[in-house]
Amino acid sequence: MKKLLKGNEAIAEAAIQAGCRFFFGYPITPQNQIPEYMSKRMPQVGGCFLQAESEVAAINMVYGAAGSGARVMTSSSSPGISLKQEGISYIVGAELPCVIVNMVRGGPGLGGIQPAQSDYYQATRGGGHGDYRMCVLAPSSVQEAVDLTQDAFDIADRYRNPVMILGDGLIGQMMEPVDMDRASNRAPAADLPEKTWAAVGHVPTAERPRAIINSLYIDPTVLEKHCLKLEEKYKAIAAAECRWQAEMTQDAEIVVVAYGTTSRVVRSAMRKCREKGVRVGMIRPITLWPFPSAALRETLATARAYLCVEMSTGQMVDDVRLAINGERPVSFYGRTGGMVPTVNDVVDEILKLARQQSFGAQVDDAVRVVGERLDALGKKIDAKLNDPEVVQKAERLKKQAADAANAAADGLAKGATLLAQGLNKAAQAIKSEFDRDDNAKGGEE
Amino acid sequence: MEQQFLIAGFGGQGVLLIGQLIAKAAMRQGYEVSWMPSYGPEMRGGEANCAVVVSDEPIGSPLVSEPTVLVAMNRPSLEKFMPAMPAGATLLYNASLIDGVTLREDIKVIAVPCNEIADRLQNSRVSNMVMLGAIRAATDAVSLENLTQTLKEWLGEKKAHMLDINLKGIAEGEALCR
Repeated sequence: MKKLLKGNEAIAEAAIQAGCRFFFGYPITPQNQIPEYMSKRMPQVGGCFLQAESEVAAINMVYGAAGSGARVMTSSSSPGISLKQEGISYIVGAELPCVIVNMVRGGPGLGGIQPAQSDYYQATRGGGHGDYRMCVLAPSSVQEAVDLTQDAFDIADRYRNPVMILGDGLIGQMMEPVDMDRASNRAPAADLPEKTWAAVGHVPTAERPRAIINSLYIDPTVLEKHCLKLEEKYKAIAAAECRWQAEMTQDAEIVVVAYGTTSRVVRSAMRKCREKGVRVGMIRPITLWPFPSAALRETLATARAYLCVEMSTGQMVDDVRLAINGERPVSFYGRTGGMVPTVNDVVDEILKLARQQSFGAQVDDAVRVVGERLDALGKKIDAKLNDPEVVQKAERLKKQAADAANAAADGLAKGATLLAQGLNKAAQAIKSEFDRDDNAKGGEE
Repeated sequence: MEQQFLIAGFGGQGVLLIGQLIAKAAMRQGYEVSWMPSYGPEMRGGEANCAVVVSDEPIGSPLVSEPTVLVAMNRPSLEKFMPAMPAGATLLYNASLIDGVTLREDIKVIAVPCNEIADRLQNSRVSNMVMLGAIRAATDAVSLENLTQTLKEWLGEKKAHMLDINLKGIAEGEALCR
């Protein structure tokens, strides 16, 4: 049976159902219901909840628990996640699995407490020092937050690498129906390797030598080898763990790219635009790293333009542009500082693009039709008159039309206006030329 | 069918609870639902509101900027959100606390004297239940049976003795809309 649960509480319960028995954190809005829930629930399942003296302490407790092979989680919000970055980098360096929840709020600095997506760069580019990556999962509903939290523990164990759940204040505070029975009946993935590397105080043997948890490699030749090994891991994650959702993209001329909370707003906006006959679809990245570039490129088949919507001044839009690689225009719409775009705002942005696109299509059509007519007229002239002077003139006019057509290909409004004038002139010139010839021949036909 | 509720008032008036009970009852009735509170430094006495979306298809934005149903438990909420309502939308307002406001003529308006009715029932704490009953009857978003069942579950065994007075409040609100 479904339960109406708050995002933060649902994530905490999902983690416990996934076997998480250690939680270390420090309070910060808007994720406080996670530690609050954990403080009540962990003792009931024989786990450990500890409110650390700081975020730095909390992430290092995570480091320790992960080193012993336990399933462990911490959660925070933007400023607190910044404080955890040193520890996250160490955990990646030591190749330990853990789950980190970031319920993003507006920044920089202490910023505000309302929802934001301004930590995209930090999350997808590693965040801490040292050229690393971690899998970043971005839920857009409470049910998905539950599913992804459970998957996060598996992904972390599979690659011995931290996984981040990147939500925001809205995902954390919102209540939606959730199937918790499914979460409690879910077993860990079958392919997970045994944690023979864990430091559990065992007596070293040939099969299981002494476990050393470490991220220090003084010899650069050794460190390079270590980094290259990590890179192989990132490649494997990129190949196997990339997730996205394509909505109404089959015939989409405009493709919107949005994740998490903004994807919900975009979904409503898309429905309104579809009612107006605009062919709009959405690619919703579920993993922000690895980014679903290939899925995005598949939409090139129908897409004329892309729009990226974020609660930031534009971060994911860089990944969209890298994926599209200049083949189509990519525009951006964002609100920041804790403001959430409204459905009508996004509708306006989509319609603006649609108008540009339909204008471009009209110009293309006009060019084609006029071009065909000119061609027909030219042939007629060629057939009728072998007068080299007239032929030359016709060639010149055709070239003029072709030049104008080239200018139109840019799709620029300015070019289109000039083109229209140019074509008009050319058509007039040919027509008058033609009329004059017809008159000169004295109505030969 | 999609109804977008915005329920607003002072912290402590039970606006978040009204929203949760509507959302839970609608979920019980098989609808897609979302409940989104305003969150921030506000506490008792400050402004509080929640957005509830009830739909028969998966919900897009859980935020409500143009409420089809606005519930204003106090005057600042009415003044703040009434202008955003689309024509034909439904406004339910707490007539015990709101007086002398020019109301729009292109919306359906229902005045609910929540506090007076609650006082008459000798329990000032059920004023939000009076409003809840009025909302249920005015919008028909959920059945009375589902709402009653939801309330029963929410109260649990510990507070089961409170069920009657809460149901009385709901019945008074319903009666206003008949």
